[in-house]
Amino acid sequence: MRQRSNGFLAIWAMRIIFYLLVSSVGIIVLDVLWKGLPSISLSFLLDSPRRSGAEGGIFPAIVGTVYLVTGAIAAALPLGIASAVYLSEYAKQGLFTRWVRFAIITLAGVPSVVFGLFGLGLFVIFLGFGASVLAGSLTLACMILPTIIVASEEALQAVPRELREASLALGATRWQTIWRSVLPYSVSGIMTGSILGIGRAAGETAPILLTAAAFFLPNLPESPFDQVMALPYHLYILATQHPEAAKVRGMQYGTALVLLVLVLGINMAAILLRGRFRKKYRW
Amino acid sequence: MVDTGERTSDAKIVVEHLDFHYGSVQALFDVCVEMAPRKVTAFIGPSGCGKSTFLRTLNRMNDIIPGTRVQGRVLIDGHDIYSNGTDVVALRRSVGMVFQKSNPFPKSIFENVVYGPRIHGEKNSARLREIAEQSLQRAGLWAEVKDRLDQNALSLSGGQQQRLCIARALAVGPEILLMDEPASALDPRSTARIEDLIGELREDYTIVIVTHNMQQAARVSDFTAFFYEGHLVEFGETQQIFTMPKKKQTEDYITGRFG
Repeated sequence: MRQRSNGFLAIWAMRIIFYLLVSSVGIIVLDVLWKGLPSISLSFLLDSPRRSGAEGGIFPAIVGTVYLVTGAIAAALPLGIASAVYLSEYAKQGLFTRWVRFAIITLAGVPSVVFGLFGLGLFVIFLGFGASVLAGSLTLACMILPTIIVASEEALQAVPRELREASLALGATRWQTIWRSVLPYSVSGIMTGSILGIGRAAGETAPILLTAAAFFLPNLPESPFDQVMALPYHLYILATQHPEAAKVRGMQYGTALVLLVLVLGINMAAILLRGRFRKKYRW
Repeated sequence: MVDTGERTSDAKIVVEHLDFHYGSVQALFDVCVEMAPRKVTAFIGPSGCGKSTFLRTLNRMNDIIPGTRVQGRVLIDGHDIYSNGTDVVALRRSVGMVFQKSNPFPKSIFENVVYGPRIHGEKNSARLREIAEQSLQRAGLWAEVKDRLDQNALSLSGGQQQRLCIARALAVGPEILLMDEPASALDPRSTARIEDLIGELREDYTIVIVTHNMQQAARVSDFTAFFYEGHLVEFGETQQIFTMPKKKQTEDYITGRFG
């Protein structure tokens, strides 16, 4: 009897914590919606900012963020999957791989501003890319690489041994087995990890602050070596650095809303894609 | 018991003084045995006696398990498959394998059968279809699946899946077929079909089968080897092993199960 009531209490405690969590997320979203929606209009989405962002729209920031995220994925996904394939399929398991794994996990927890500093040193200054889309994308890519590697490795290891053996026993090489039998069935797992990475890449401010973002740039970038505006940075500027910060609250919340919708949209697209892969390779 | 000193030249597979280790655990001890071409050789013994491990040394499937070690020789057509410079991929083309748990790829029936030919470079779709039909015919599955080759292989019944795996192995054109308890997960009817199939395939292939089912070994095989705790205890013609075993251990095992 006593045990039963303990379980009852625990379930209620968890339920309350769960509701608290969900409602706090809900409040944040509602707050952003409430304060941001009035400033959303076609011209807000499609115009360039005027008067340092106090008027006009945020189009260059939207485009800039899309560029940065796309570039980061384009660099991090192939690199991350290749690293995971090497680590889990080819590398001789031992002290070295254990240390590499430990380093990767540690890297996943490094603050994003450190990645920003690293990007500034390597891409912007040493490689001479300057503050640019390219440098920003690569910095974001470095930041999300650990997440993608860890998730991909887990997905690869979840592929049943029977499937590999079936392929190898038919005279497939290790690479053929990976390419034709292992990777297709781990795609959905790899995507899950990538989705987390993508969301982070879109929202981070610190890395691009040091490597790519311009405070006010009404033009779109013309080459990968141009600076861009970006939503999170724009939001930061409007909220804290703008001379008329209090007057542009609407713009701030509008920007936040667009960023939220953009991240949500990218995640949704990735989830849908994952679902299609899952259906195609059911096992 | 086969005398390992004088090797009959017509044996398809000759195993000489084979030791096998998983890390620090030795699984096979000085195994010497020969397998005749176009015959069925069955390996019997209790669970964990090393018979599956032994089977997997014949196509070097154990290579993929880290920390394993092989000593001794395995000669197939006179060539030591553990010698340096052996092409493992080519070896596995000529030594097909069917696993205990049927393991079709989660692809269509057709794609399963042509997986091997495809990776070996066959691109001609007419030729691939031909290979698929021949292999499925050979595995006795064609009549059941010819109208639904595009369906996912996992929609087949367990017995059908296992015959699909046999067809898939045959499609590569092997000379030897290794079968690791191919019917242990199947119902009696499907088991009977697999056994009939083995009877048909023995005309063209050298078959090595591992089974814990002694009646099955007695029904399908020409030669039988009895394994116990990593040692090959006795090897001989199936009829002799089951009627007049020479070793006490063999007799105990066989009568214990039957009686």
